[in-house]
Amino acid sequence: MIALTAATAMLSVLPARAEEALRPRTRAAVQGIVGDRTVREGGITLRLPAIAENGNSVPLAISVDSPMTESDHVTAVHVLADANPLAEVATFRFTPACGRAEASTRIRLGETQDLVAIAELSDGSVRLARQEVKVTIGGCGG
Amino acid sequence: MPSRRDLLAGAAALAASGALRAASQERLSEAELLRFAPLGQVTLLHLSDLHGQLAPMHLREAAVNRGVGPAGAQPPFLAGESFRAWFGIPAETPFAHAVSAEDFDRLARRYGRMGGLDRIATLVAAIRAERHGRTLLLDGGDTWQGGWLALASGGEAILAAMALIAPDAMTGHWEFTYGADRMRALVAEAERRGTRFLAGNVQEREWNDDVFPALHLFERGGVGVAVIGQAYPYTPIANPARLIPDWTMGVQADRLAARVAAARAAGAEAVVLLSHNGVALDRALAERVDGIDVILSGHTHDCTPAPLRVGRTLIAASGAHGKFLTRIDLAVAGGRVVEHRHALIPVFAEAIRPDPVVAAAVAAARAPHAALLDTVVAVTESTLWRRGTLNGTWDDLICAALMAETGAEIAFSPGFRWGTALPAGSPVTMEAVFEQTAITYPNVWRRAMTGAAIKEMLEDVADNLFHADPFYQQGGDMVRAGGLGFLLDPEAPRGRRIDGLTLLASGAPLEAGRGYAVAGWASVGEAAAGPPAWEPLAAHLRRLGTVRIAANTAIRLR
Repeated sequence: MIALTAATAMLSVLPARAEEALRPRTRAAVQGIVGDRTVREGGITLRLPAIAENGNSVPLAISVDSPMTESDHVTAVHVLADANPLAEVATFRFTPACGRAEASTRIRLGETQDLVAIAELSDGSVRLARQEVKVTIGGCGG
Repeated sequence: MPSRRDLLAGAAALAASGALRAASQERLSEAELLRFAPLGQVTLLHLSDLHGQLAPMHLREAAVNRGVGPAGAQPPFLAGESFRAWFGIPAETPFAHAVSAEDFDRLARRYGRMGGLDRIATLVAAIRAERHGRTLLLDGGDTWQGGWLALASGGEAILAAMALIAPDAMTGHWEFTYGADRMRALVAEAERRGTRFLAGNVQEREWNDDVFPALHLFERGGVGVAVIGQAYPYTPIANPARLIPDWTMGVQADRLAARVAAARAAGAEAVVLLSHNGVALDRALAERVDGIDVILSGHTHDCTPAPLRVGRTLIAASGAHGKFLTRIDLAVAGGRVVEHRHALIPVFAEAIRPDPVVAAAVAAARAPHAALLDTVVAVTESTLWRRGTLNGTWDDLICAALMAETGAEIAFSPGFRWGTALPAGSPVTMEAVFEQTAITYPNVWRRAMTGAAIKEMLEDVADNLFHADPFYQQGGDMVRAGGLGFLLDPEAPRGRRIDGLTLLASGAPLEAGRGYAVAGWASVGEAAAGPPAWEPLAAHLRRLGTVRIAANTAIRLR
């Protein structure tokens, strides 16, 4: 498990395309959510199509591994779309009464970009996942 | 470079198929093509991407077949000499001609046409007779589209011909371009004739229910063999989504893993993925999903003279247009595959006796259209072919036709991999014209595009081909361009692969803000209003009379 405290250092250890750092605006939004808390990789699953069939309606599902007890639960999951006009797409809030830390919705993506999901946990830790979604003009080779 | 083990595997496979026969440059006989020491309880036969090609033909493999990163130095991203070197295939042999574009016209004359459903029927019948009750014939899809007979009959003519060789199961891609209603009717008809249509990755958009059965558990040679179908995952993106508006697809590795586990739990001792993912994606998928014994891979029209291996999963691909039939024998013990033997059988039409029943049925299906299809519109002095990362002479010709007929400055043609080849000196018939253009959305469009929009479109397509992660690759060739020059760097990041865009008419750099008159066909968006692409292509060919195409030096790879 890699654990770092600085958001900037955190981004460099993500399983991300090295040549594609997040935009400054998105980094600032991530920084605003994370603050000075510990960011952990793993434990958060982002389900998105690799290539969107329709950028206007992209299915997104998030789940966070958590017992969802009073002492150990997810409090919020934030979704950011790096290249959308407004990067902050959605925030889901959870209590132990939710039973599971899962959410699904459909989002609009204007172009090919990375999605970032940040989960806040009751112990003060933060988890982060990132995935590219291609929004393509289409056309066929095969 | 290939490992010694890869080379040995390739040589063993070729020897098993009879095709190696030392380095002989003689034609092979039917018996040699069928020679195979049977193994175990189960024989898998695979063909894929027939694209409606019922008659023998010439098919030129890609001379340029680029991939990216380390994956770009191994199959399927090899061509010509590097492909032969990887698999240990001596130059000039029949097998070399089947897998390589080297010296294409000369070797095409020497070894003759390939494919033909009547020839495939003969091979299948011989193997089924030898391996009675042990054989599964699996069709990887892209079967019911391609050529005039397929289009004119809404897929029915090809379905009926295929029913004569009776595949046990199939999956699909271009089948979906007949539209959801027509496709359901075709699938029902195929199933009535004994072919199961399997696709685990096609769901109804609203409730996510499976549209088709995902898998079937066959019993062959006393062994339970699960076949899971994987339709082309990017059909709603690469082809018009409006034709299947209520269906959603995708690779769906997690769902596939669950299906593999369920198949094992239900008693499957061998698990086969009948895939239309393409070879690069299937390699990546095999690394992510455990428990698949064999992936029979279609879509990218690659062939594997020896199966590729990822962990314990074998990946075999069988080319296109009926040029190859793959045979894999499996020995199963203790609930798993313990040994295999493989042959990629090249279907040399002149060596194989046509099955009389299939030959008669194909002739009868073609007869009402013969006058149209036999119409000669030109003679070609250049070899006409389709495959290649950047261009092929057929699409150079289509782009020239679109510009000539619409007055556009620039033309685009999709990077379709299907379409047969004509050696230099051949007459160009309407049948050949349809083999390059017969689809359900063939209409020509013409519109103004800015230089910036043209660059963005080329970058978008390039990223679909050259993304470093195969899960993001759509598995085709680059969109073909006429009237335009550029340099493509596959290894560059998204948005920076296309450089030096030039309008060939003036030799001037493309201006980002200027509008250009652009024509194309096969729009995946709204239906276009122009004539079907075969009309301008035929008109252009008639006007040319004699086709001569210079090498395309305007579009280059870095």
